[in-house]
Amino acid sequence: MRLRAFRAAFPLTAPIAAGFLFLGCSYGLLMHAKGFAFWYPVGMAFFIFAGSMEFVTVNLLLSAFNPVAAFLLALMVNARHLFYGLSMLGKLRNMGWKKPYLIFAMCDETFAINSGTRIPDDVDRGWFMLFVSMLNRWYWIAGTALGWLVGGLLPFSTRGIEFVLTALFLVIFLDQWMGTASGRAHVSGVIGVGATAACLALFGSSDFMIPSMALMLAVFLLLRRHLDETPSAPGGAGDDRGTTTAADAASDRAAADHGRMESDHAEVDHVESNHKAAVPRRDDERTAA
Amino acid sequence: MTMTTWQAVATIAVVALGTMLTRFLPFLVFPESKRPPRVVEYLGSVLPYAMTGLLVVYSLKDVSLTSGSHGIPEAIAMLAIVLLHWWKRSMLLSIAGGTVLYMVLVQVVFV
Repeated sequence: MRLRAFRAAFPLTAPIAAGFLFLGCSYGLLMHAKGFAFWYPVGMAFFIFAGSMEFVTVNLLLSAFNPVAAFLLALMVNARHLFYGLSMLGKLRNMGWKKPYLIFAMCDETFAINSGTRIPDDVDRGWFMLFVSMLNRWYWIAGTALGWLVGGLLPFSTRGIEFVLTALFLVIFLDQWMGTASGRAHVSGVIGVGATAACLALFGSSDFMIPSMALMLAVFLLLRRHLDETPSAPGGAGDDRGTTTAADAASDRAAADHGRMESDHAEVDHVESNHKAAVPRRDDERTAA
Repeated sequence: MTMTTWQAVATIAVVALGTMLTRFLPFLVFPESKRPPRVVEYLGSVLPYAMTGLLVVYSLKDVSLTSGSHGIPEAIAMLAIVLLHWWKRSMLLSIAGGTVLYMVLVQVVFV
């Protein structure tokens, strides 16, 4: 049972292995370049296991000690996990002892596979998801360790390596931007950049994150009438939403988001999972991972 | 590093705690399958894009436009990433290409 689940899970994690080894290496390398001991990046990879937050934590560790701000920042940067969790409520039911680990290790990429993949009937779902989570987590930890170790041996200067963080976020941003035709997604992205840039200019580089989040939230609540595409009738498909999903389900991530969320609500009633909405999303998300 | 080791450990611990809270909270708040309020679903659909935008700006917060190299290496590398990603759409190529270009710029060109 376990072997079969492993054989089903492993090939799906291969692209993530490549990505995590590279990004993990960059992260380990960056930590080495900033003068941190080996256990810092490896411990952070082990306990935090949220790539972008680990990069952000490098800056936190180099600033003045402020645990409250660090905690709030972790909540805000990882706020997207809340919505992963909401989507996985149905899928993780009855997972027993595996459930805490599946939640603990649910990074973007693991979520993409576990939420989107059609698992064959003869494969145990719990073990499949557990292997996906474990493999992805250990790719990241191994990449981090490798990056730190190799970093010290490199014959060239690593000055400027920290730009990999900007590159990572920018590429995810571009991927989201190019992956959707939805005007709402573009407006949301512009609001994110605009609100943050405005607050950075206004409050300076040490105090702008909380105002940025507050401003963003306020703008989104003000514009809800224009940006909210969720159907008002519970369970019913809104007109504009429905057409986007049908026309461009594979590339419109926002629409797929709704589809998946809805499929999980349906799942609650029918137990049998609905993969139609989720499957096209997987490849999309995986390339983004 | 300006922190003591214990301050660093505490920082890492609270970051891990905050991260875990975001992962576990939905399962604690909705133990059965209560549908989340509509405003939460709405924010969940728009925030991912905005958060990535925030992270882009956050990662550039210490770039000074008025001193040093005036943010020119950053601008060049970011432009290269946009073009590279527009052309090939390969996550790893765009990240690696942009980072290597930036490293060359700050080590060789804008010294």
